[in-house]
Amino acid sequence: MVREIEFRDALREAMSDAMRDDKRVFLCGEEVAQYNGAYKVSRGMLEEFGPRRVIDTPISESGFAGMAIGAAMLGLRPIVEFMSWSFSLVAADPILNNAPKMLYMSGGQLGCPIVFRGNDGAGGQLGSTHSWCVESLYANVPGLKMIIPSNPYDAKGLLSSAIKDDNPVFCLESERMLALKGDVPEEAYDIPIGKAVVRRPGTDCTIVSFGRPVHFAMEAAETLAAEGIDCEVIDGRSIKPLDRETIAASVRKTNYCVVVDQSWSFSSVGSEVAAEVHRLCFDDLDNHVHRVHNDDVPAPYAWNLEQEMLPNTRKICEAVRACTYNA
Amino acid sequence: MAILAGSARLKEPTFGRQETMTMAPSTPPGDHSTPAAADAAPDTQDTVHGPASAAAYGQQPRVVAPRPLNSTPPPDTLKQWLRDMMLIREFEIRSMQAYQNKLAGGFLHVYNGQEAVAVGCIGAAKHKDPVVTAYRDHGHALARGMDPKVGMAELFGRIGGCAKGKGGSMHFFDANNQMYGGHGIVGAQTPLGAGLAFATKYEDEVINGGDNTRVSLCFLGDGAINQGAFHEALNLASVLSLPVIFVIENNGYSMGTATARGTAGAGHLEDKAIGYDMCSTTIDGMDVITVWQAMKPLIDWCREHSKPALVDMQCYRFKGHSMSDPRKYRSHDEEHGWESEDPIGRLANHLTETGAMTADDIKAMGKTIRGEIRAAVDWAKASPEPGIEELHHDVYTDTWGPYTGTSLPEFMQRRASDRGNG
Repeated sequence: MVREIEFRDALREAMSDAMRDDKRVFLCGEEVAQYNGAYKVSRGMLEEFGPRRVIDTPISESGFAGMAIGAAMLGLRPIVEFMSWSFSLVAADPILNNAPKMLYMSGGQLGCPIVFRGNDGAGGQLGSTHSWCVESLYANVPGLKMIIPSNPYDAKGLLSSAIKDDNPVFCLESERMLALKGDVPEEAYDIPIGKAVVRRPGTDCTIVSFGRPVHFAMEAAETLAAEGIDCEVIDGRSIKPLDRETIAASVRKTNYCVVVDQSWSFSSVGSEVAAEVHRLCFDDLDNHVHRVHNDDVPAPYAWNLEQEMLPNTRKICEAVRACTYNA
Repeated sequence: MAILAGSARLKEPTFGRQETMTMAPSTPPGDHSTPAAADAAPDTQDTVHGPASAAAYGQQPRVVAPRPLNSTPPPDTLKQWLRDMMLIREFEIRSMQAYQNKLAGGFLHVYNGQEAVAVGCIGAAKHKDPVVTAYRDHGHALARGMDPKVGMAELFGRIGGCAKGKGGSMHFFDANNQMYGGHGIVGAQTPLGAGLAFATKYEDEVINGGDNTRVSLCFLGDGAINQGAFHEALNLASVLSLPVIFVIENNGYSMGTATARGTAGAGHLEDKAIGYDMCSTTIDGMDVITVWQAMKPLIDWCREHSKPALVDMQCYRFKGHSMSDPRKYRSHDEEHGWESEDPIGRLANHLTETGAMTADDIKAMGKTIRGEIRAAVDWAKASPEPGIEELHHDVYTDTWGPYTGTSLPEFMQRRASDRGNG
């Protein structure tokens, strides 16, 4: 049965379904148990699964991330909640040096089936230390997968796949979307990691985006439609593996491409997508790929500055107009 | 809580440390049958609340490590340990040669001098108890039962290596022998060690519904104790009651820096446990019998109570930090002093003095081992380099893009059949 639930509830359903299904799955992180989750994602899970499987950790990201990795090496399937991916930076060594490399360094003897999840991107006037977009930093590392759902339906299906995956998966959520409502089936289901989806079909320009900015891209597409530019919006859903085929198929049809990526532009997911589109669609492009990112500055506190920094609807519209000027 | 397992001999030489190395117990050793705070500690977190008032903050009773045993293992066990230590020494001698002959690359950190630590600790554990360590890892892998052939082939970067030549000297893994690495970043293995303990306890108690049956041994150097990861791991192990023993292989130097130059409280490292409500002890790591006598009851206690412990294992590395280290930061006198404590010589003397072995027996054992390691070198040399197809293998378990899957399932099956033995 399909009902309308919040993004956070969809995440919880994926975790709870997995924990009912497989005793090796457990959840740990700051305030996930007694407090019911700093953002109420894990609300009620302590009650259902008990303190041995829903584990409050101290504020000790490097420690508990590493501990969970050790547990995964031995065959458990941990879900590690970072209250914010901004806080994962102090756990960089375990999450980048241990988890994604264990299988390789051990010559295939030990896997690391683990999910790291939490809020990524600007939360709303949190200032620069709490507004990290880690996708471009972390996607650079071989051995991990990365998903970035933009709506409750995808959140449940992608996280469910992530927990079943035998590799480390980074799940990037957004504080600004946790209350977003959407239709989600009650029963468990999986959305394959590495498959993008066309959110809005169009003929004139492909907009590729990931996570929260997909909503800005959809708004921009409506504005641009009124101007006679019919955009096709692709929701990447996964960053690693990147669904190059779906993106390339769209660009071969529209001949124009704008990438919208909420991380900073230098060495970014956006620059990777642009490079791949240029490689795969070189003869199909009528202009170079245009990119919309966070401005290359630390996230500011002031509301107006923060809104200006983000890859907002206005900037996407401007990029599409600039890209398709010769159409 | 400071227990001296062994004699007070460790006062000299002192690595040029602070003169706080007196090993006399500062408080009487406790009775391990009634560890002070073990039963008071909560099993789950939901019974814990903040203090009712400032006045409610009080002194917690200290958890006390069990007394060392007085008994000595039977001669056959001692002979096996002598063999294991001599095998490790010979393996390291030949790895140094191989390194100089450019058969092995990267960094090489040899274990000479510290053999009693790995052999004594692992000898006191069960085979099902997980082991993890840092990059000076050959000794632990061999003590755990890794075939020297596959260890040597790993050094040579060959397909026959324990990690098919993808890990190298610093990353020895042997899942079938519960050896979880071999980790190259100082201190990074300490949270992993806590995690191994978390997993065994979880498997035993949550999945199988029984009692905890396993203890994890997490080895680290004295240089690792200033890493945040170490302190986070100790804290987590304590608050989550994880059955893990953190063994500081205190060889006096973090690379070229004498412990006291970089570590506050260098003369009493076991006290790092106090702040984490964890029991601790100091052990003479140059004598394998002493190591076993102290580690055996400690491992049993951690297993029974499902709790962590910290050990300051006093030892010395006879060689440099790595092959490029000229050891200018320490004196020949200091080195000679420690070399006279050679753990292999000490056990050999014990065996001959007690009549368990003759000098000729030991000589014959050495000859056999030299042959075995020579054969390992030959086997490793003959093992081919990994095929180029290995480059994209074992990155992910599944096949996508340039990646060709993994040999993991094969290993997992073997491991599953090995579980529960020992």
